[in-house]
Amino acid sequence: MSVPRYWREIPSRYRLIGSKCVNCGKTYFPPRRVCRECGSVNLEEVKLSEQGRIITWATVYDPPRGFEKYVPYIVAIVELDDGTRIMTQITDCEPDEIQIGTRVYAVFRKIREEGESGIIYYGYKFKPLK
Amino acid sequence: MTKEAGIIGYGAYIPIYRIKACEIGKIWGNYNGHVPIMEKAVAGIDEDLVTISVEAAKYAIRRAKIDPKEIGAVYIGTESKPYAVKPSGTIVAEAIGATPLVVTADFEFACKAGTEAFQACIDHVLSGRIKYAMAIGADTAQGRPGDQLEYTAASGGAAFIFTKRSNKTLAYCEGAVSFVTDTPDFWRRAHEHYPMHAERFTGEPAYFYHIINSVKTLMENMGLKPSDFKYAVFHQPNTKFPVKVAKKLGFTMDQIKPGLLSPYIGNCYAGSSLVGFAATLDVANPGDRILLASYGSGAGSDAFSFVVQDIILEKRNPIPSVRDMIGVRKYIDYSTYVKFRGKIRA
Amino acid sequence: MRKVAVIAVGYTKVKEHWGLSIRDLFTEAAIMALNEVTIDRVDALYVGNMSSGYCQHQEHLGALMADYIGLKSPPAVKIEAAGASGGMALREGIQAVASGFHDFVVVGGVEKMSDVLTPDITYAMAMAADQEYEAFIGVTFAALNAMIKRAYQHKFGVSDELIATLPVHCHDMASKNPYAQYPFKITIEQVLSSPFVAEPLRLLECSSPADGAAILILCPLEKAKEFTDTPIEIAGVGAATDAIALYQRDDLTTFKATIEAANMAYKMAHTKPEEVDVAEIHDSFSITGVISLEDLGFFKKGTATKAISEGEITPGGKVAVNTFGGLKARGHPVGATGVYQVAEVVKQLRGEAGKNQVDDAEIGLTQNIGGVGGTVTVYIFRRID
Repeated sequence: MSVPRYWREIPSRYRLIGSKCVNCGKTYFPPRRVCRECGSVNLEEVKLSEQGRIITWATVYDPPRGFEKYVPYIVAIVELDDGTRIMTQITDCEPDEIQIGTRVYAVFRKIREEGESGIIYYGYKFKPLK
Repeated sequence: MTKEAGIIGYGAYIPIYRIKACEIGKIWGNYNGHVPIMEKAVAGIDEDLVTISVEAAKYAIRRAKIDPKEIGAVYIGTESKPYAVKPSGTIVAEAIGATPLVVTADFEFACKAGTEAFQACIDHVLSGRIKYAMAIGADTAQGRPGDQLEYTAASGGAAFIFTKRSNKTLAYCEGAVSFVTDTPDFWRRAHEHYPMHAERFTGEPAYFYHIINSVKTLMENMGLKPSDFKYAVFHQPNTKFPVKVAKKLGFTMDQIKPGLLSPYIGNCYAGSSLVGFAATLDVANPGDRILLASYGSGAGSDAFSFVVQDIILEKRNPIPSVRDMIGVRKYIDYSTYVKFRGKIRA
Repeated sequence: MRKVAVIAVGYTKVKEHWGLSIRDLFTEAAIMALNEVTIDRVDALYVGNMSSGYCQHQEHLGALMADYIGLKSPPAVKIEAAGASGGMALREGIQAVASGFHDFVVVGGVEKMSDVLTPDITYAMAMAADQEYEAFIGVTFAALNAMIKRAYQHKFGVSDELIATLPVHCHDMASKNPYAQYPFKITIEQVLSSPFVAEPLRLLECSSPADGAAILILCPLEKAKEFTDTPIEIAGVGAATDAIALYQRDDLTTFKATIEAANMAYKMAHTKPEEVDVAEIHDSFSITGVISLEDLGFFKKGTATKAISEGEITPGGKVAVNTFGGLKARGHPVGATGVYQVAEVVKQLRGEAGKNQVDDAEIGLTQNIGGVGGTVTVYIFRRID
């Protein structure tokens, strides 16, 4: 992955910046310029909620290139309290600790690194609320 | 104009993973239970200095109830920078939303890098140039497999937001001393993974000499004696040293107990005394005076006297206390530990 | 708009073709198809392929393949829509012939995955998902489908055993197809004891990486009888898209694009699910196939696996499904899959399907999915007597 591609998404990946349609109220992650519900182009940047619940999840055993050392890891779709959905890893967690509906909160973690000498990608993950 | 800097928010972060010292001992033939601590905190495979700092910083901001855009300085004291060249502070500042009008730097002074950041933040806010300044001390310390340090080198950190003393600050700093000499008791050369140390030389001429002198000087300067402090927090490379230095200086177990965490989390280096300080603030009451004395190899000690203010009682819930965080833990075995800490050469 | 027919098909066996390059594969399938008919020209070539750029560092496949299969400089282009690349390539071919712009069009699909290692294949396949907000965090294609499976089981209370009936069925079918990647039977117990790829999806619920190529030759239906005794009409054409990011879908247990594409195709062909005799559906994962059987209107939501277990999708059942083994067992050479499906339905409607021949098959359907339903094509074919 290239540095500019990582860099330009930093606000969304570090701070859950999304967008909200001023016309119909629908929220998006990542931010969009055009509302897919009502077609409006009047959307504004919004900080999304840092808590939510698990909609569904899976545990990855066969990783893509770059994620080999993290196996096994959990990926999930989380619905944030503001209604926005997000794809995330669930960290500090074993599969038997969660189920559909489990409450989770956002944390800041290392996503992966470009080998020993390349850059380190950081971003959100979620973790069960205890 | 006030001549004192105060703390408006603080937060600590301890990873959830623990390895028992006897589990490490078992690998190296140490079956007799002679280990320096009970267990230590281990960063998860997706954690590093930056992520630990961000979590601690987020708690600090929640406690401070301030807009992160108003934070004008983010200083991180650490020896676990993920990049040799590229500031950790920029990543943390970006993640907490303090960018772009912010000064950041990474400080290195072994285990006292965090209190170095304190000194800088205190002077920043007193100069009036910066409204809120954040000092973080955190590490994901690594001990060479089989070395004595492997039992204790741990992960964790704490963040403190300084501003001028007011009724919104939860504690203010009434005095500080830095005591430094060139004493090579512990070091890590560039490009090396693990530090070296001079064994017993790290004790008397290093840890004890510097802490005793910084604390004595502070007390002399301020006309204070050990009994004037409700609590004291010393750097905690193991369980024995902080207990012994407290005794030598005339402090009691009751004074150091709330902040003595090394038996349960190990030595998180630049985060060590700061996490202890955070745990002490978790239980302190308005009017309590707290001594904080760090120690950094190389060597030096920073000693501070803080006085707790009224608002502290409103700053506790719902943010988890350091003891709460220590209580949420998962034990890992040695093989998981070497996987998490990148000791497998794949 | 002219009606369009398939007048020739060709394909390679699906497997790891260590000795064949991507161009060799395509050429082998093309020779087979070009041998079925005698035509004096090809007006255009469309090549469905997903990952030649990643796996072979080779793009510009249209011109490359046109050259290597011996065509005389026709316009040629690669069509990419992840797993629906083959299906979308066919759409281009149909449009060209139906519009009157071209008479003879070759539509091919090819994928050569064995040139790279497993983590690279996994990475390449995840390119069908949202790269910045799904693949970035380590989501794999199998994981997305595993999430769908969990959501489906949660909603409908369907057991692992029932879902395993689809891969078992596909292997049964493939056991009689010499071109299949896995021409052998498996049991439900084997499925349930195979390791997890992405929990809750197990290895024997997942199609595996494969190499293969398939070719179709199209011409106007009105001219088709000049070239073959058994032209097959492309009677219904449907395609639709949806958000490629799974997390941006409201309902994880249905593929909206399948429903839309199927509605278009049924309407155009003046037919309905009950009239379909044979169907090749996109079972890249067990759950994907199960959901597709429902979205295509063969079974009500939540009931497909029960129907499978009652024999409803075997030849002689309600609708014969994946009679060549489907993606699971014939194999899933990604960009070629949509073309294989059509070639197989054509074989059924011609009465050339061998041991899995469905008696008097007249109407066939193919459904080809890109990503997790980001692109879906549905075609309906009719035998011309």
